[in-house]
Amino acid sequence: MSTIEERVKKIVSEQLGVKDEEITNASSFVDDLGADSLDTVELVMALEEEFETEIPDEEAEKITTVQEAIDYVVSHQ
Amino acid sequence: MSIEGKVALVTGASRGIGRATAYALGKMGAIVVGTATSESGAENISQGLAEEGYKGKGYVLNVTSQDSVDSVVKAITEEFGAPLIVINNAGITKDNLLMRMKEDEWDSVIDTNLKSVYRVSKATIRGMTKARWGRIVNISSVVATMGNMGQSNYAAAKAGLEGFTRAMAREVASRNITVNAVAPGFIATDMTHALPEEQHNMLLTQIPLARLGQPEEIANAVAFLASEGASYISGETLQVNGGMNMR
Ligand SMILES: NC(=O)c1ccc[n+]([C@@H]2O[C@H](COP(=O)([O-])OP(=O)(O)OC[C@H]3O[C@@H](n4cnc5c(N)ncnc54)[C@H](OP(=O)(O)O)[C@@H]3O)[C@@H](O)[C@H]2O)c1
Repeated sequence: MSTIEERVKKIVSEQLGVKDEEITNASSFVDDLGADSLDTVELVMALEEEFETEIPDEEAEKITTVQEAIDYVVSHQ
Repeated sequence: MSIEGKVALVTGASRGIGRATAYALGKMGAIVVGTATSESGAENISQGLAEEGYKGKGYVLNVTSQDSVDSVVKAITEEFGAPLIVINNAGITKDNLLMRMKEDEWDSVIDTNLKSVYRVSKATIRGMTKARWGRIVNISSVVATMGNMGQSNYAAAKAGLEGFTRAMAREVASRNITVNAVAPGFIATDMTHALPEEQHNMLLTQIPLARLGQPEEIANAVAFLASEGASYISGETLQVNGGMNMR
């Protein structure tokens, strides 16, 4: 079983089409990984599916980096 | 990438333009899910598809209910896979001169013909973005651009649908999804059957081809926009009206 961090990074890599080694915890989806607005919406949806949770819009807006995504998932387990 | 084996959802496929469109897509090898508002209508669709030798079946759907839309999309996805071709065809008329138009006549036409497109498109777009391929074709009307006496509600809904088509086309273009509309002129279906003889004859004088269109003639245009051959067309409204709206 992979860790939450690994699962989040795998989704980010698949969704944004970037290689694993380009992704660090501090990576910003938009500034570092080249995500556009549709990418960020899809990314949140993919996280919701993977972790079987619903992320409200106001929370989703605050998830802008890999670490923030990991933190959100961890605190809502 | 042909549409062979792809799941196509056609709302309002029990009769008229929707049924003809379902068959046209079936002929191209798509798995066709057609919808009706009643169980018997849905069964007829299943039967009709089977008789023609096409894959797919009928479902009961009410496009004015978010719950109905969500549960039908879920059921289709589980049974056949995510619909990657969506034809928003279900529609009604409730004609009246504006001075007499009741609020519920206005509301029900806007809800059934316009808000429905928001509901169904939103419920199916995720499957298309995941697949990085999709086709949405919304059925408008010549009335959206020409206007028509007694149809302020209908014209507003259809013009709104065309604007929606262009906005959505821009939003999802990066995912290789095209969103287009087809605007039929006057087509021989139950919807135009109700017209009085006098109005019918008057109408013919305004159509260069001097006849009503057949549902299949709209279906052909829809099938083209759904096909791989139309891969570079998006945000467009294709006029199919016997020449009555040339510009
Ligand atoms: N005929 C024309 O001349 C013409 C011209 C321009 C545009 N159009 C447009 O083309 C489309 C199809 O028209 P048509 O002439 O083929 O119509 P039609 O023969 O009257 O059929 C309408 C279809 O929509 C379905 N429907 C109605 N209300 C619904 C709801 N709330 N939820 C789900 N489905 C619903 C009906 O299902 P049930 O059978 O179960 O009632 C039926 O399958 C419409 O959008 C119409 O505005 C038609």
